[in-house]
Amino acid sequence: MDVGQMQRQWIDYAKSLFLEGFLDGQFLQLQQLQDDNNPDFVVEVVSLFFEDSERLLKDLTFALDQNGVDFKKVDAHVHQLKGSSSSIGAQRVKNACIAFRNFCEEQNTDACLRCLQQVKQEYCLVKNKLETLFRLEQQIVAAGGSIPTELSFSG
Amino acid sequence: MGMAAAESQFHVLAVDDSIIDRKLIERLLRTSSYQVTTVDSGSKALEFLGLRENENTNPSTPSVSPNNNHQEVEVNLVITDYCMPGMTGYDLLKKIKESSSLRNIPVVIMSSENVPSRISRCLEEGAEEFFLKPVRLSDLNKLKPHMKKTKSKEQRQVTAEEIENSQVLQHQTQQILQNDQQQAPKPQDPQPDSESRPQQTIEQQQQSLQQANNNKRKTMEQGLSPETDRTRPRYSGIATVV
Repeated sequence: MDVGQMQRQWIDYAKSLFLEGFLDGQFLQLQQLQDDNNPDFVVEVVSLFFEDSERLLKDLTFALDQNGVDFKKVDAHVHQLKGSSSSIGAQRVKNACIAFRNFCEEQNTDACLRCLQQVKQEYCLVKNKLETLFRLEQQIVAAGGSIPTELSFSG
Repeated sequence: MGMAAAESQFHVLAVDDSIIDRKLIERLLRTSSYQVTTVDSGSKALEFLGLRENENTNPSTPSVSPNNNHQEVEVNLVITDYCMPGMTGYDLLKKIKESSSLRNIPVVIMSSENVPSRISRCLEEGAEEFFLKPVRLSDLNKLKPHMKKTKSKEQRQVTAEEIENSQVLQHQTQQILQNDQQQAPKPQDPQPDSESRPQQTIEQQQQSLQQANNNKRKTMEQGLSPETDRTRPRYSGIATVV
């Protein structure tokens, strides 16, 4: 596969992530902040998001497993996850967090547990998708090409 | 390009407990040609500004002693997250505005939640702007006027006349404040330290409101989603600047 084909493949894949709602406009903002001086900015920020999310999901699993659930604590964790997912444009994780917080307010343990599963699932999905996207980028760079800087959604 | 060189003299202190958001705001500010220092808490921000937290805990002593409060690095603007453990962005704003040596530094608050009472509280306390997170490049255009204001204030030779005027003005303001206090206690009168409690109840009350706002934001974002061609001119515009 030549570089041009790889770049087209990258564009198609990135587009599908937006069309399926995994990513929103905030991810484009991140890409915009990446330049020759900071060629790895998106990967760096997204890696921080992965680390942060995994810690929060672990904390949430633990917090909801207690006898007397501390809903304030649970809400604080979900609030953080909502913030970081919204900062990188992981739209479906963010939306799952919004629903989650409503059940924290209701102090509904069962619904919170369902929401946790939902958030975990969305997180795993977007993580896989982003890792695939980054792999395609590595292949392009290895073949001497550059990552398309602008996503065209008109076509 | 000439503008970028001039702006690079402006130094912004960014405060956020989230490492992701610190990375993001740092890049946003650097892309806009500002010098940036990031810290992860309000107390570290005060430390950087040369104001020690414990100086404020004792109300009988002045919050800032003029000698040891030497600000080593000039900071032209502080941009801080609202929701942080320990000292919130609002607490930090108050500490800055209560300090005679720091109060001229413009403060901008960022929050992921669109809570109107929170926004007005921050603006009343002296915040210059309130940004909804995630902060975008377009938001940063609003910082420039505030920074120029402080810069020119500092550069201007302060004449005796101006000092006199400001003293008169201060005197008048004090009188107005005193009159106000005599007439009716205002809701934003000095609040007790146990302020986090009423804040939480307000937050609880506004959960449902938040949901509505989140939905609003969602529709806003959908409007800005990549499918619309609005993004394209925006990028090309930015591309020519960079």
